Parts: sequence; C-alpha cells; structure tokens
Amino acid sequence: MVVQSTKKKNMQGKKIVLLILPFLVLSFLFSYFPLHGWIYALYDYRAPLKLSQCEFVGAKWFVTLFANKTQVDQLMVVMKNTFALSFLGIATSFLPVLFAVFLNEMRCKWVRNMVQTITTIPNFISWTLVYAIAFALFSTTGMVNSLLLRMGIIDTAIKFLDSSNHVWLSMILWSMWKGMGWNAIMYLAAISGIDQELYEAARVDGAGRFQLIWNITIPSLLPTYFVMLMLSIASFLSNGMDQYYVFQNAFNKTSIQVLDLYVYNIGMTGKSLSLATAIGILKSLVSLTLLFSVNFVSKKVRGDSII
Amino acid sequence: MRVDAERKRPVKKEDILFKIVNYSIFLLFTFLCAYPFYYLIINSISSNELSSNGMINFLPRQIHFQNYKDVFQLSGLSTAVVVSVARTVVGTACTVMASAYLGFMFTQKKMWHRSFFYRFVVVTMYFSAGLIPMFMTMKLLHLNNTFWVYIIPGIVQPFNVIMVKTFIESIPSSLQEAAEVDGAGVLTVFFKVILPTCTPILATIAIWAAVGQWNSFQDTLIYITDQKLYSLQYLLYIYLNQANSLAALVKSSTNIGAVADLVTKQTPTSIRMTISVVVVLPILFIYPMFQKYFVKGIMIGAVKG
Repeated sequence: MVVQSTKKKNMQGKKIVLLILPFLVLSFLFSYFPLHGWIYALYDYRAPLKLSQCEFVGAKWFVTLFANKTQVDQLMVVMKNTFALSFLGIATSFLPVLFAVFLNEMRCKWVRNMVQTITTIPNFISWTLVYAIAFALFSTTGMVNSLLLRMGIIDTAIKFLDSSNHVWLSMILWSMWKGMGWNAIMYLAAISGIDQELYEAARVDGAGRFQLIWNITIPSLLPTYFVMLMLSIASFLSNGMDQYYVFQNAFNKTSIQVLDLYVYNIGMTGKSLSLATAIGILKSLVSLTLLFSVNFVSKKVRGDSII
Repeated sequence: MRVDAERKRPVKKEDILFKIVNYSIFLLFTFLCAYPFYYLIINSISSNELSSNGMINFLPRQIHFQNYKDVFQLSGLSTAVVVSVARTVVGTACTVMASAYLGFMFTQKKMWHRSFFYRFVVVTMYFSAGLIPMFMTMKLLHLNNTFWVYIIPGIVQPFNVIMVKTFIESIPSSLQEAAEVDGAGVLTVFFKVILPTCTPILATIAIWAAVGQWNSFQDTLIYITDQKLYSLQYLLYIYLNQANSLAALVKSSTNIGAVADLVTKQTPTSIRMTISVVVVLPILFIYPMFQKYFVKGIMIGAVKG
C-alpha cells in the first residue's frame, strides 16, 4: 500500500513537471540558450554569413580591447562616462530618502497625496517620451529658449541638447526628475511602519522636529537604503541604454556613450558584432562578480542576502 | 493621539518657517513634474502658428483638434497604435497567466525535483547573455521581424513567478486540500480554486506588465526592421527626429486647394506635440486610477528583497 501511494505521488510529481515543461523550455530558450552566442566573440563575424564561414580568431578581440591604442582610448572614454553616471546616481541616491522624510512632515493629507501621485507619474513614461518633453522644452526652438529670447535675457538660443557641455549633469537631472518620486515610495512605506510611540516618547523628552528626524526616522530608513545602495553598486556597469540612446547625437556622443550604449553602437550599427560580444561578455562577468560581492557584504553587514 | 499632541504644542516661529519652505519645495517639484505634460497638451490643441513660435506657455489659445485628425493620416501611426495596443494586451495576458500557473505549480510539494526546477527558472534573473547574443538568438529562432518577438521572450518572468508563489503560500492550504479530497486534479484546483483567490497579486502583475509593454522601445530598435511592426514608442522616436519632413507631408495631404489656414496648418512642433500626447495619454489616465496596485507591486518586491 505504502509503496503504491509513493509511486502514485511520484507519478503525479512527474506529471506536474510535464505540465510546466513548455515554460521551462521558454526559460531555457531565452535565458540559457542565448549564452551560446558568446562564441561569436571568438570569430570575426560578418553579418550575413554563417558562423562556419567566418574566420576563427581566438582571443583576438579580447587582446584588442587591452592592447590596441585607439581601442583602449575609446574604451577609456566609455568607461569614464559609465563610472561618472553610475557614481552620480549613487551620490544622489539619498535624495529620495530626504524626499520621503520631508514629505512625511506635511500634515495636510490631500496635498501630500497629490504631491505623491504627480511626482511618481514621470517614472511610468518611457525615455522616448522624456526626450520628447526635453525637446519641447529645451531645444533651440523650445519653450525655455523662446521665453528667454523674448524676455531679452539671451540673444542667441542656448543649445541645451546639442552640446557636449554638462551632459552628465543633465542626464542625472533627467534621471532624478523621472525617478525621484517613485524611489521615495519605498521609504514612505518604511516610515509609516515606524512605531509611533518612539516619537511620543522622544517628544516628551523635549525633542524637536529635526531631532526626531535625525534620531528616529533616518536610522529606521537606513536598512532599506543599504539594500538599495547595494543593488545600485551591483548594477554599476549597467546604466541601461534607453536614456542615453534617445538623448545621444553627434555633439554629445563622447560624453554620453555608456557601456551598454557602446555595445549597441559598435555591434548593431558599426564596427564589429564580435567585438561587441566580447565587451558584453566582460561586462556580464564583472557584473556577476559585483553582484556576488555585494551579496557577501550584505550577508556580513546585515546577516541577510539580497539575492 | 498624534494630532492631539501636535495641537498642544505652542506654534513656534521656526515651525511656520519650516512649513513654508517645505511646502514650497514640494509644490515646486510637483509643478516641474506636471507642467511638461500640461505644456504638451495645451500646445497640441492651440493654434499651430502660435505654438511653433513658442507663444503657448500657460493657457491654450484658439483651441482646435485638427492636429489629432491630421497625425492619424501619417502613414504608420495607426499601424503603430494597433501594434502597441496588441502587444500590451496579448503580452500582459500571457505573462499574467504564465506567472499564475508557474507560481502555483511551484507551490506543489509533490512536484518532481521541485527545488531544482524552481531554481532553474529563478536564477535567470541574475544573468543575461547580453545584447548581441540575444539578437543572434532571436534570429536563429526566426523571431526577429515578427510580432511574437514582443510577446514570447517575456512570457516567463521569474520575479512575477516568485511573487505569485509567495502569495499562494500565504493563503491557507486547506482550500486546496478540500478540493483534492473531492477528487479535483491539479489543473482543476488551479483554475477553480487558486486562480480566483490570486486576483490582487495578478492585478499588480498585470498593471506592471502592461506599462512595461506600452513603454518598451529597445526591442523594436534591436529586433524589428519591418515598418509595419514598429511600436508607438519607436515611431515617436523616429518622428521626433524627422518632424520637419512629416509636417510637409501632412500639409500636402490635407489642404486640398484651400489657402493654408495658419491655425491648423501643420508645423514640426505641432506634429511632435500631438504624437507625444497620443503616446502619453494612456499612462496619464491609467496611472492615477491604478496607483495602489503599482505601489503594492514595489512593496511586495521590497519585502522579498
């Protein structure tokens, strides 16, 4: 009897695997199978040909990346942009914490809700639309320029978008415009979870508004902030490419090209698909190492992993 | 309690100053978030001549809706709307059903090598082959330049599967056990018992998936060259960069013999603004309505993390 029922259970268990098999196949096809494409980095692939018709070059592309002078220079510029933008992102990551803290100080509930709803909307529009907005407001014929011209403050239109000046700054400002309200939501939830008696007790002891914020609110947000910080360090090399792709043009290209965009630019439109693959591989490996490192740090610091 | 304590305290000068500064900063930032959308909308319905000269900043003037009629005559726009709506509906439905189904199956302890298969799916969150290998894969699978490249790769979303699994594990298992005693198989249990109780979490997943699909830009850029399959976001990007020639196109197709009316005559600015509004309007409508689901999504994610 017992044997029979285990057998039956086993059958049922295998049946369930069969039932989800199509999805396992999908997972394999679009996550594991693409890894075979790394082999293109070892060939000199030319677009319409088959891989077997292309020359096997071994580690040539990897060597090029570190030995060829012009290539190294180009990559250095790209890495500088990547590091600068990631670093600026991390440096400004405490602003949503402040946003949440001070929004919470507003006692008027409907204003608070309105602020929260409106400031989170930009997070849900695409970067293409952000660019459309940037174009409408800041192009040479845009709203800001025509206003300044009409008021006589400037004589010629300022090139906000078609210039190589302040590219990093404007990129980080657009990211903040888009993400600030949304990133604050998690901290707002954490604040609402703080025990109110803590505040009561501190008030009885005569603590003022800023003392409450500094001694109670901020410390209770630090664990959440720490996780977010670790995650952003883990994705240090992955700025994504949408934002930089839509904003890039001939004038700002040298300051806007981050690693993800560079891989696209040389792989899909330019030089070599194989070289782009080689860079992609290195990026994946470094990113994975970063992820494991921050996970290790997180385990050490808060005794809990983040992945 | 809290309100009482607040009231008892005497109002101090610094308190008032703090409030003024605090409210001002937040209202300013809120204005900066809202104004660009307002600016696009008023410019798309105002006199095209005034708007292209940058005269419409705060209130619409000489309101007309000709722009909306005109842009839909542009070749490609209505196709792109159909593509974008279709991918949003089909893509969302697929990923919601797959997440529910997989999430449920992974709660079944009797599943053969359950933890292995679960990890097999979940671990895919943490690595990616990269842009070029993905492109080659799609080519190999003959998915590039088909509508299905928008749908199929995104069906299995590990994060959503985790969310559903966690949710189902939090509801009492007696529900399922009772149905099994009545002789229901695992599929019956899923469709009749579990699926209806999962609606809150599925709504959250659906709304996130829908916004993701609607906003997606990169997949068209990489996998699609056939103009009939352009998504709205991609078309917007193209239009932004060539609005000059488009304006000429619309002008010639609509002003049949008549003297061009400067109010409704298309300009690059009017074309850009109007298409932008077409793309953003669904988000502006949907987001405030479903805000609580969006917030719930990030909360569950945070708890999991």
